[in-house]
Amino acid sequence: MADLIKLTAAEIAAKIASGEVTAVEVTEAHLARIDAVDEKVHAFLHVDREGALAQARAVDAKRERGEKLGPLAGVPLALKDIFTTKGVPTTVGSKILEGWIPPYDATLTKRLKDADVVILGKTNMDEFAMGSSTENSAYGPTGNPWDLTKIPGGSGGGSSAALAAYEAPLAIGTDTGGSIRQPAAVTGTVGVKPTYGAVSRFGMVAFSSSLDQGGPCARTVLDAALLHEVIAGHDPLDSTSIDAPVPPVVEAARSGSVDGMRIGIVKQFRGEGYQAGVIQRFDESVELLKELGAEIVELDCPSFDLALAAYYLIAPSECSSNLARFDAMRYGLRVGDDGTKSAEEVTALTREAGFGPEVKRRVMLGTYALSSGYYDAYYGSAQKVRTLITRDFEAAFEQVDVIVSPTTPTTAFAIGERADDPMAMYLADLCTIPTNLAGNAAMSLPCGLAPEDGLPVGLQIIAPALKDDRLYKVGAAVEAAFTERWGHPILEEAPSL
Amino acid sequence: MTVTDLVSYEDALATYEPVMGLEVHVELGTKTKMFCGCATELGAEPNSQTCPTCLGLPGSLPVVNGIAVESAVKIGLALHCEIAEWCRFARKNYFYPDMPKNFQTSQYDEPIAFNGYLDVQLEDGEVFRVEIERAHMEEDTGKSTHVGGATGRIHGAQHSLLDYNRAGIPLIEIVTKPITGAGERAPEVAKAYVAELRELIKALGVSEARMEMGQMRCDVNLSLMPHGSEKFGTRSETKNVNSLRSVERAARFEIMRHAAVLSSGGTIVQETRHFHEEDGSTTSGRIKEEAEDYRYFPEPDLVPVAPARAWVEELRTGLPELPRLRRNRLREEWGVSAHDMQSILNAGAVDLIVATIEAGADAASARKWWMGELSRRANEDGVDLAALPITAEQVARVCALVAEGSLNDKLARQVIEGVLAGEGAPDEVVEKRGLKVVSDEGALGTAVDEAIAANAAIADKIRGGKVAAAGALVGAVMKATRGQADAARVRELILERLGVTE
Repeated sequence: MADLIKLTAAEIAAKIASGEVTAVEVTEAHLARIDAVDEKVHAFLHVDREGALAQARAVDAKRERGEKLGPLAGVPLALKDIFTTKGVPTTVGSKILEGWIPPYDATLTKRLKDADVVILGKTNMDEFAMGSSTENSAYGPTGNPWDLTKIPGGSGGGSSAALAAYEAPLAIGTDTGGSIRQPAAVTGTVGVKPTYGAVSRFGMVAFSSSLDQGGPCARTVLDAALLHEVIAGHDPLDSTSIDAPVPPVVEAARSGSVDGMRIGIVKQFRGEGYQAGVIQRFDESVELLKELGAEIVELDCPSFDLALAAYYLIAPSECSSNLARFDAMRYGLRVGDDGTKSAEEVTALTREAGFGPEVKRRVMLGTYALSSGYYDAYYGSAQKVRTLITRDFEAAFEQVDVIVSPTTPTTAFAIGERADDPMAMYLADLCTIPTNLAGNAAMSLPCGLAPEDGLPVGLQIIAPALKDDRLYKVGAAVEAAFTERWGHPILEEAPSL
Repeated sequence: MTVTDLVSYEDALATYEPVMGLEVHVELGTKTKMFCGCATELGAEPNSQTCPTCLGLPGSLPVVNGIAVESAVKIGLALHCEIAEWCRFARKNYFYPDMPKNFQTSQYDEPIAFNGYLDVQLEDGEVFRVEIERAHMEEDTGKSTHVGGATGRIHGAQHSLLDYNRAGIPLIEIVTKPITGAGERAPEVAKAYVAELRELIKALGVSEARMEMGQMRCDVNLSLMPHGSEKFGTRSETKNVNSLRSVERAARFEIMRHAAVLSSGGTIVQETRHFHEEDGSTTSGRIKEEAEDYRYFPEPDLVPVAPARAWVEELRTGLPELPRLRRNRLREEWGVSAHDMQSILNAGAVDLIVATIEAGADAASARKWWMGELSRRANEDGVDLAALPITAEQVARVCALVAEGSLNDKLARQVIEGVLAGEGAPDEVVEKRGLKVVSDEGALGTAVDEAIAANAAIADKIRGGKVAAAGALVGAVMKATRGQADAARVRELILERLGVTE
């Protein structure tokens, strides 16, 4: 049992395909692990025991019938509670959707099911994906398996914690400003934000439509690639979906190399606010890349200094509109409907009671930024910055194949430490946000533990749009070299729960 | 304000110049909604034509209906507009329970069509050019039914029922530039514009544009300025004026009301107003102290629409003849007066007459039946002419029977009556009602000749001037034809044969 939960997704799939284990055994092992540790970790908001076992049984039946199984058939997965699941609660970490049972599957959910990936349940997250610590969940925080008093990152802290706690070998996250990569960084796992439009947003509850992107989370680069291949691809139900073949990510993950590559490091991604141990591990990573045959190029991307400010205008603006639909009329929470109040009053009372403080803060910020008289100065200017950032990336990628940086300026901070300081919280996404604004692809993978606190540090790899395969090529090379250096995967150093 | 407080229309126009702006919403007749695949049929069970997207469920996303874009481009082209090479949708943010997302996906500063005009013809034949500001695409809202209030409006209602079948139906909003210079004819221009636009929309085949079904809705913006002034006055916005006659009445009422307020030293407040069919008045709705802030921004869930130039030109080439030009052409071809043509138009008979002519009838006969007997019946039954259970082909057949002499007008009316009564096609009615023999002049003539030959004495009396004696010969013919002949016609034939007139 203990063996099964420590396997990679690729290994599990191989064992199921060969008949060495059944999908039901694998699922049961993970459900048992969830039973054993999730009370402490709180990675899951909802465990769909029956649904998962039914899916696993179906995989076993397929195998018995001699049908061909997909590359991830029978592998369990933890799904961020932002994707709709037909018949299974979807809360987005918010009280306002408590008890809502979606009548439809997100395209991503459908693709997972079609690929026979076993969905164990829905993972905790900052309410509406707004946050960097999962503390903004209406259902309580998630602990970082490395130290349960620390945050697991956010907004996808449930997914990253589930991986690090061996509750699932695969997870799904969504990344609007870093919500896949920063949790991956602080939990010693791998997370990828694909190119905007690579993974369908249909059925993914919107926070900021022009920035949101679903992506794979795993414990290895290859597993992330296998999952990437399953969830990516054109979806006619999402107008912003890319109508082009998925880049060869699995092939890239199987042939990791940086030999002869030009790799950029950006001046703007270091300095004040960066933890010494993070910088140290990052610098070591750059040295490693050189040893592996890469050429390092220093880049200046001045617009990146404006990214955080632009992001905190664009994302709240879009969210103020996206979240308007939560009005107590058709689904979710309804407060004050006692027969004496108007629809308008019920809507107001419901939103008052149903949204947490961070969501309200952003809805107000966005409402303000879009108001007539302020639109040009705020939303309009932010869009201009966005264009500048895209240009800086374009110029950079004329010189280099990928860019590397720390994923996040610090290791996991303590639960509660930044809860009252939104600005400090926002800084966690300093290095990840420019990628969302430009729409290109990025990965975070472990590059060691910070000497001062023994917590994982993430290395971010950034690739041009549509070149997601480069992330895997570089990531696989770095992962292999570090694993050899450390003698084992980094998660083995995490305390057992 | 009561009607007695109004300034007379003539007095109002003596002092002020009206300025109008007309906003018309047209529901497109696409099979599916603007942003999802739901059906658009009218009259379905409430909320049966909905899906996650048009209900605004969390996670749902829109996809643009290509046919709707094509319809919008066609409308734009027919209105002589420029067609955007690249335009985006925008979100119009405001809360209302019948709007599932609490924003309407619309277009803001990048409409698909802009800068055009529509020439409308007034009743006396004068052509007035109405400039078009823009035509843009958007989605309809759901439909609220407010229960328990006195007015049927949300205010005072106990509860409201929401039907989202209409939510997401494609709409084209067509906005005029300020219409000036119409003077006392402003209400007539407003009506003629909406009528012409309706004809145009129907001719394009993009919507049935039935105002009574809400498929076409009009907002009348109106302000007055003193003659000689160039600065527009404050406007009122009379919402949802939903018949041609109401458009005219609403404009007329507002001219009188504005004049009354201004003449007594008052100021017009910018507000929306409700129109009342019963007495043609308007009452205050919602006061717009400042422009409502809809916080428009480009819709991030949709990609820009970029109609290819070649495609636009293809659509332009395929446009039908504009209704006004067609009407003028038909008027000449049919040789009718402008006034008669207007009556034909008002009766909704143009296409029916065209179809009847295409089915073989001559113009005069086709017009005579549709504008005479059939219009009378439609009126009596309170239905549209087109809704009568008779086809243009059937009317054409009746015309043919008359032309070949098989029917006279009186009998033709009976045939039409039979068709309307569901007795079948004209020939079947002729057969069933036994009008066939009557129409067979040859057979009847033979029977008459035989009767004259067999009753030579009576025939002589008649020839001698005793016309009353004809009754006996009629009786003989009726007997010979076993009662299936038209006695009056028989009598005519007898007198004709004997060279006698009454």
